[in-house]
Amino acid sequence: MRRRLVWRAARLREVRVETSTARTLVLEVPGWPGHLAGQHVDVRLTADDGYTAQRSYSLAAPADGEVIELTVETVPGGEVSPYLTEVMEPGDQVEVRGPVGGWFVWRPASQAPVLLVGGGSGIVPLMAMIRERRRVAARVPFRLVYSLRDPERRYYAEELRRPDPGLDITYLYTRAAPDGASRPAGRVTPADLAEGGWPADFEPDCYVCGPTGFVEAAADLLLTLGHAPERVRTERFGPTGG
Amino acid sequence: MTAEHLDGNALAGPLGEIFAVDVTAATGRCASCGQAGPVAGLHVYGPEPGLVARCPGCEEVMMRLVRGPGAAWLDLRGTVSLRVNLPE
Repeated sequence: MRRRLVWRAARLREVRVETSTARTLVLEVPGWPGHLAGQHVDVRLTADDGYTAQRSYSLAAPADGEVIELTVETVPGGEVSPYLTEVMEPGDQVEVRGPVGGWFVWRPASQAPVLLVGGGSGIVPLMAMIRERRRVAARVPFRLVYSLRDPERRYYAEELRRPDPGLDITYLYTRAAPDGASRPAGRVTPADLAEGGWPADFEPDCYVCGPTGFVEAAADLLLTLGHAPERVRTERFGPTGG
Repeated sequence: MTAEHLDGNALAGPLGEIFAVDVTAATGRCASCGQAGPVAGLHVYGPEPGLVARCPGCEEVMMRLVRGPGAAWLDLRGTVSLRVNLPE
């Protein structure tokens, strides 16, 4: 039996800029019970007049005691994300509730190879899995296929450039590829997932996260490549976020 | 359905207010077409005025969840069963 889900005060400790429209919030949450890689939290804002708005965000890293990290993309006109990405300053508080979600999670005890397929901000829970693998020094091999519009949209760019033995990364650019890239810009194809992923008979656990259209396309391609449906876990981010 | 949807992962917080176990990892069976799969895989529309979760196979409604002041309403008539993993 787990503890009752309660709202906790979270204080912003530090901010890291990821792209021109996204930043990582490092939050101190007294009483945080810990979490699994891939879980998320609900964030609640309360206005002076008592009006509240809440949204769900993936945790971007393993818990460091009572410190958690979220990476938030600005949704123009959104009720919550512009505050988190443009207004909130260190020392300010919001409320968080979690961790929640027990489906789209990676557990270090798992022995299966892992394929992570992320579209845009869908990289966030996958990054939590990559960081958890590194934290526990797991020997299980990971492959990441990261689809994004252009190189400037890349989250965690410096960290992902550093060697991480057992982690292979393929970048897919959908609008503009960097100079000299061998793959032309375009949407994810069966060849991308065949080359950047694992053969289906390796029985990898596949985690696909991103906007709804991307997730459905990539998950369908994985099934076409022979991966078993129960090994393909999906999480959709949508424009109803914000 | 043509509107953009999320999926059952988005139900984790709202259902976590009600249940002591994580229901999104449970297997739900659709009352309309009989397809079974993780609650996390349902197509979810909302959040206003409430969360509506549809079967990814036939798009019939399996769950409705509305949170009001002081109470939550959960309508499960589109779900035959929920299989919840309980570690011994």
